[in-house]
Amino acid sequence: MDDLYRDFILDHYKRPRNFGELEPHDLDAHEYNPLCGDELGVQIQVADGKIADLRFNGHGCAISQAAASIASEELIGMEVDEAAALDADWMLELLGIDISATRRKCALLSLKVVRHAITGEGSWPVGGGE
Amino acid sequence: MASSARPATAPAELDLRSDFPILSREIGGRRLVYLDSASTSQKPQRVLAAMDDYYRMHNANIHRGVYQLAQEADALFEGARERIAAFTGAAAYSTIFTKNVTEAINLVAYSWARTNLTRGDAILVTEMEHHSNLVPWQLAAAATGSALRYLEVDESGELSLEQLDAELARGDVRLVALAHVSNVLGTTNPVGEIVRRAHAAGALVLLDAAQAVPQMPVNVGEIGADFYAWTGHKTLGPTGVGVLHGKAELLERMPPFLGGGDMIEQVGRERSTWKELPWKFEAGTSMIAEVIGLGAAVDYLVELGMDRVREHELGLTTYALAELGSLAGVATFGPADARDRGGVVSFVVDGVHPHDVAELLGRANVCVRASHHCAQPLMAKLGVTSTVRASFGPYNRREDVDALVGAVRGAQKVFA
Repeated sequence: MDDLYRDFILDHYKRPRNFGELEPHDLDAHEYNPLCGDELGVQIQVADGKIADLRFNGHGCAISQAAASIASEELIGMEVDEAAALDADWMLELLGIDISATRRKCALLSLKVVRHAITGEGSWPVGGGE
Repeated sequence: MASSARPATAPAELDLRSDFPILSREIGGRRLVYLDSASTSQKPQRVLAAMDDYYRMHNANIHRGVYQLAQEADALFEGARERIAAFTGAAAYSTIFTKNVTEAINLVAYSWARTNLTRGDAILVTEMEHHSNLVPWQLAAAATGSALRYLEVDESGELSLEQLDAELARGDVRLVALAHVSNVLGTTNPVGEIVRRAHAAGALVLLDAAQAVPQMPVNVGEIGADFYAWTGHKTLGPTGVGVLHGKAELLERMPPFLGGGDMIEQVGRERSTWKELPWKFEAGTSMIAEVIGLGAAVDYLVELGMDRVREHELGLTTYALAELGSLAGVATFGPADARDRGGVVSFVVDGVHPHDVAELLGRANVCVRASHHCAQPLMAKLGVTSTVRASFGPYNRREDVDALVGAVRGAQKVFA
C-alpha cells in the first residue's frame, strides 16, 4: 500500500467530514494554495470560547481535503485560542504520513484557513521540521 | 490498441537518449521517464561540454579586453549570437539576450509600451497566455491608462480570427501579444495570419514563442512579428538566457530597458549615449557561458533538423492523445488533431486531483507537471483549477508514453 495514500487518507478524501455550509456562523475565511490554485474556505460557530461547529468548503487534492476532514474532527469542541495556536507539527502528526516539502502546503492549507478565520491573518503554520 | 490512430506512415522515431547524460540516471532502480520538457528541457552532452570548455579554457569578460582570452570569449559569445539568430531566421543585430522570456517581454512592456501607449489605446492578449505574457501587460496597461482586452479560446482550444478582426476593427489596438504555441493546450496559433491582420490594422505583434522554437522550424522574418521571444532552457540550452528578436527600426527608436555597463557609448555626468543594437539592451556583464551553451544547443538542433524534431514530436503527441484518450475517466484538452498542436498534452483524471496524479506518477519515475501552468485565466475558462501536463522533447520515445499511460492506470487503481 502506498505510504502517502493510505486507506484512511483516501477515505477522508472521498467522504470528507464536516464539509459544506454553516449558517449562521461567527467566523469565516478563504485561502488559496498558490502551488495549484486550490481553494479552501471555513465557517465556524463559536460558543463559550470554543469551536461549537465548523464546516470546510472548496476543492483540492487528496492531501489537502483529507487534512481538512481529519482536522475538522479535532477542531470541533476545541478552545478557539488553542486552535489559533496550533502549529504545523500538530497537523502533520495528525496525518501521520510522510509529506514532501512541495506537498506541505497541501497538508497545511486547512490549518492556515482556520487561523485566518480566528485571527484575521492567514499565515502558513510553521514547525514540523522546517 | 491505439496503433490504429497512428498516421498511415509513422514518421521515423529519433533515438537521442544517449546524447543526454541525465537520461541514463536511474532512481530506485528505474529509468527516468522525463515528460516535463515544456517546463524545461534536458541538455545534451555537447551543451554541457561547450559551457565547461568556456570556463576551463576561454573565461574572460566580453567586449572589453584586448588580450587573447578576452578575444576568444568575444568570438565565442558573438559567434553564438550569429548562429542563434540564424536558427530562427533573424538578424544578429536585432537579437537581444535577456534572462528569460519573461524579461524579454518586460523589455518590450517597459521600453516600448510605456513610451508609446496612452489612454484610449488597447493591448490585446488571449485567454491562453502564460502569466509571463499577461502580467507585464496588466502593469503596462495600468501605467499608461490603456485598455487590456482578451481574445477568447473556443471549446477546441483555438482562437477566433473573426473575434480578432472585430477587436482590430475597434481601431484602438496598438499591440497584440500572444503565444505562438500554448503551454497548456499545445495549440499552435496561426501567427502569420494574425500578424498580417494586426499589421493591416496598424497594430504591432509580440509572440511568446517559448513553446514553439524548441519543437518546430521557425522563421521570424517569414512570420513577420515585431517582437519574438523565446528561451534557452526549453530549447536544450541552459537556464539564464532568453532571446528577444525585434524589428530593428522599432528597437532603434526604443529607449534602453536597463541602464549600466556595457550598453553605453559614452557616459557623462548628467547623460549618456547608447551603444548600437543589440548591445543597447544588454546592460551589465552578459550570461556568457549560457549564450555559448545555447549556441551549442542550436547547433545540435540544426544538425538534427527541426523538421525531423517536429515530425518526431508530432508522432509522440498523436500516440499520447490516442493512448490517453483510450483510458476511461481521462479527458484531454486542446485541439484533437495533433497537427494543430505542439508536443504537450494536458489532461485530468476523474476522481483524482492533478496533484495526486503527478505525485503517483512521480513515484513511478514519470516526471510530469500538475498545476495551473501559470495560466490561471485559461484554467478558469476550462473549468478546472489545474491539469496534469505531459510534454515532449526530441529525446522522448513511445515507451515513455507507454510508461505514462501505465502510471495513470496505476493512479486510477489507488483511487478506485
